[in-house]
Amino acid sequence: MSYPNYRLPLQGLRVIDMTVVWAGPFSTVLLSDMGAEVIRVESLEHPDYNTRGPAIVPPGGAGGPGGYPDDVPGDQPWNRCAGFTSTGRNKKSVTMDLTRPAGQAAFIRLAQACDVFIENNSAGVVDRLGISWDVLSKANPRLVMISMSGFGQTGPYRDYRAFGANMEAIVGHTLLRGYPDRDPTDTTPVFFADAAGGSVGAFAILAALRHRNKTGKGQFIDMAQAENVGHFLSPAVMDYAMNGRVQGTLGNRHPAWAPQGVYRCTGDDDWLAITVRDDAEWTALCGAMHRPDLASDPEYAGNLERQRHHDAIDEIIGAWTADKSRGTLFRQLQDAGVPAAPVHRIGDVPNDEHLLARGMWQQVTLPEAGTHTYLRPTARHMSRTPLEIWESAPNMGADNEYVYKQVMGFSDAEYQAMVDAGHVGTEYTVVRKAREEASRA
Amino acid sequence: MTTALEGLRVIDLTHYIAGPFCTKLMADYGADVIKVERPDGGDPARRVGPFQGDDPHLEKSGLFLHLNTNKRSVTLNLKSVAGRDILLRLVKDADILVESFSPGVMERLGLGYDVLSAVNPGLVMTSISNFGTTGPYRDYKLSELLLYALGGSMYATGTPDREPVKLGVDVEQFFCGAVSATATLGAHLGATVDGMGQHLDLALFEMQVGNQDRAVQAHVSYQYTKNEPKRAAPGSGRSLMPTGIYPTADGYVHFMTLNTGYWDRVCTMIERPDLINDPYFIKRENFFGNAEVKMEFEGVLYEWLLQRTKLEVMEASQAVGYPCGALKSMADVFEDPHLQARGYFVDVDHPVVGRLRFPGAPFHMSETPWRAGRAPLLGEHTTEVLESLGFSGEDIAQLRTGGAL
Repeated sequence: MSYPNYRLPLQGLRVIDMTVVWAGPFSTVLLSDMGAEVIRVESLEHPDYNTRGPAIVPPGGAGGPGGYPDDVPGDQPWNRCAGFTSTGRNKKSVTMDLTRPAGQAAFIRLAQACDVFIENNSAGVVDRLGISWDVLSKANPRLVMISMSGFGQTGPYRDYRAFGANMEAIVGHTLLRGYPDRDPTDTTPVFFADAAGGSVGAFAILAALRHRNKTGKGQFIDMAQAENVGHFLSPAVMDYAMNGRVQGTLGNRHPAWAPQGVYRCTGDDDWLAITVRDDAEWTALCGAMHRPDLASDPEYAGNLERQRHHDAIDEIIGAWTADKSRGTLFRQLQDAGVPAAPVHRIGDVPNDEHLLARGMWQQVTLPEAGTHTYLRPTARHMSRTPLEIWESAPNMGADNEYVYKQVMGFSDAEYQAMVDAGHVGTEYTVVRKAREEASRA
Repeated sequence: MTTALEGLRVIDLTHYIAGPFCTKLMADYGADVIKVERPDGGDPARRVGPFQGDDPHLEKSGLFLHLNTNKRSVTLNLKSVAGRDILLRLVKDADILVESFSPGVMERLGLGYDVLSAVNPGLVMTSISNFGTTGPYRDYKLSELLLYALGGSMYATGTPDREPVKLGVDVEQFFCGAVSATATLGAHLGATVDGMGQHLDLALFEMQVGNQDRAVQAHVSYQYTKNEPKRAAPGSGRSLMPTGIYPTADGYVHFMTLNTGYWDRVCTMIERPDLINDPYFIKRENFFGNAEVKMEFEGVLYEWLLQRTKLEVMEASQAVGYPCGALKSMADVFEDPHLQARGYFVDVDHPVVGRLRFPGAPFHMSETPWRAGRAPLLGEHTTEVLESLGFSGEDIAQLRTGGAL
């Protein structure tokens, strides 16, 4: 793997990435996929279970997302966890301890050499580390900095600790999903706020860079991920704004179209999703079910009538799909003009013929995790600059020498001093000490 | 104050949700977005509810009103020779064109990327479609439900005794719009370096497969382990740590942690510091994965929860640093003290619907403001835009009679 001979859209752009968990790393992978040099700043002193995986300290440590190759954390679990490697592509990693003055000084030198600084720690963390916007903007007036906290840099929830799921609860998403006939305690935790914040965060950076390119002036961006999610809930927000109506969950049904739902097929827990938006699609569905009588039945004419009889229609469709395969019905219904799709298991997706035909997958070898198939960048179909995985997710500290010397301009002696002081390394201090103790014992 | 995207010229041939959200992000931060709409009814989202007063009307769709703020609306019949010619003149001076027609439509209109790039080599053209411009599903239909189903995350959303269930409203289509905006602006910044534009072929299906809402991690994890996420019983976490949705006296809260080291915070929150070092609960085999012990502890927890409101629980939880959010209804959200303190919601006037409250800036830029603005009436800016291209009032009247506008 190596970078291509064409010039990538964001080539030449340098990004300091001090992001954790999911939202921030998603922002930076959108940038690194387009050729920005994204440099993750990590600390040997602070095992980041939420980003580098739960098994950093044997035998288990904290819980967390993602699996390990063959379910084995291995000697360097932080370099093997899917939670990290899934969005680590095309990035670099450098280590420094920002709780010590030498680490802070190094960070400021890095900020002078970079265009962007992105972080999504709790509000106040960068201030405590002495790398606030005030400090950094003086060191580099061209810098663009974005802080993507849950609730922003001001206001009563400023210091609230929150994952995506908590933010979504507070801005109303959680009560808009789940089963209408079940208690909300049955609603599955999801982390949509991370997807929403990550994608819009990357957009925010690019908008600020355009302004910087025109004026030479950097700026600070305050993103409250919870506020960002408000836009994604627009139909429910606007219904309240216009009509004072508090929407609840409709489960799988649609507010205007009918029928819509998932229907059981043959196989263990196989489902087919169907959406009928108008009479033409309803007629086509009835044709596929060999029930032309339903298409001409006035009880089912128009979305309003079909919504009224949704339960009955669901029973008819469910009885028809029950002894058929979802794959066959998917193609049959789509070919007849009816929106339908299988509810994919994660394991179905690698075999999906459309994604295979469009080249979604790429074999990549990671130094610790071995060779596996990964998703290519989702926006990869750029006609002049197709996007790929050019560099595998970095081992922690893999780019220390390059970043300190080539990017920050450290001399050999300065670099060695950082190594000796324990800023630079590839293994968490707590792990190193545990291993030293074990070998003594 | 100037805006971040001031002077960025965007031609918007999108409709419904993903495309309009992509160009809304640009318009709200200052881009000049010219929304080209069909003369007979415009963007079909104008016919999608919720409507003000439940009155279906082209200017009263809340969805449209939110997704098209700060854009200018021009009606053009792209099937007419004159309409197509006007579009090409708009493209000549544009930086970006975003379209969300079915694959092949732009080519049939004589507006494929080869034609547009010949007119303007620096143009970034973004095509947002269900499945992309190639591949066996190219012409297949999609909906929010189908999109979530295909991406792989829906299968594990819900409880084991029930069907998989989607997320709220149309969130995944908004997500695809946000990814599209990022890719498009990135490609534009690249084009400003060498003057060379390009064509982006973005598929909703692929953006959903790459969604950071669990999908990306799950796909890679599957390659590593062949383990698939399944629908799980609520609260079936492997430790005593409260994770998921819990009842309170007047509603619900969502607790979330990945850190079992927060046990002392939980005990402090429920005012039971004696449990922090309770040998029974912290015994490894009791703390992790013992359903009976978990029920025992939750008895203590529920008793505390049910004596407090959701807001009291959220505040107590946050006071000890334990991640928690109260489940708020949209009415609660509009009254939320944090959002009010930050001035999140904005009131905007509109000639047909009057003053309406909208979600405010998704992010605040210290130097370049977000713009509160309204959506255009259908064709509101047709004359203004054509005049800027040099058409006279007489020309415009003729184009109208000829059916081009």
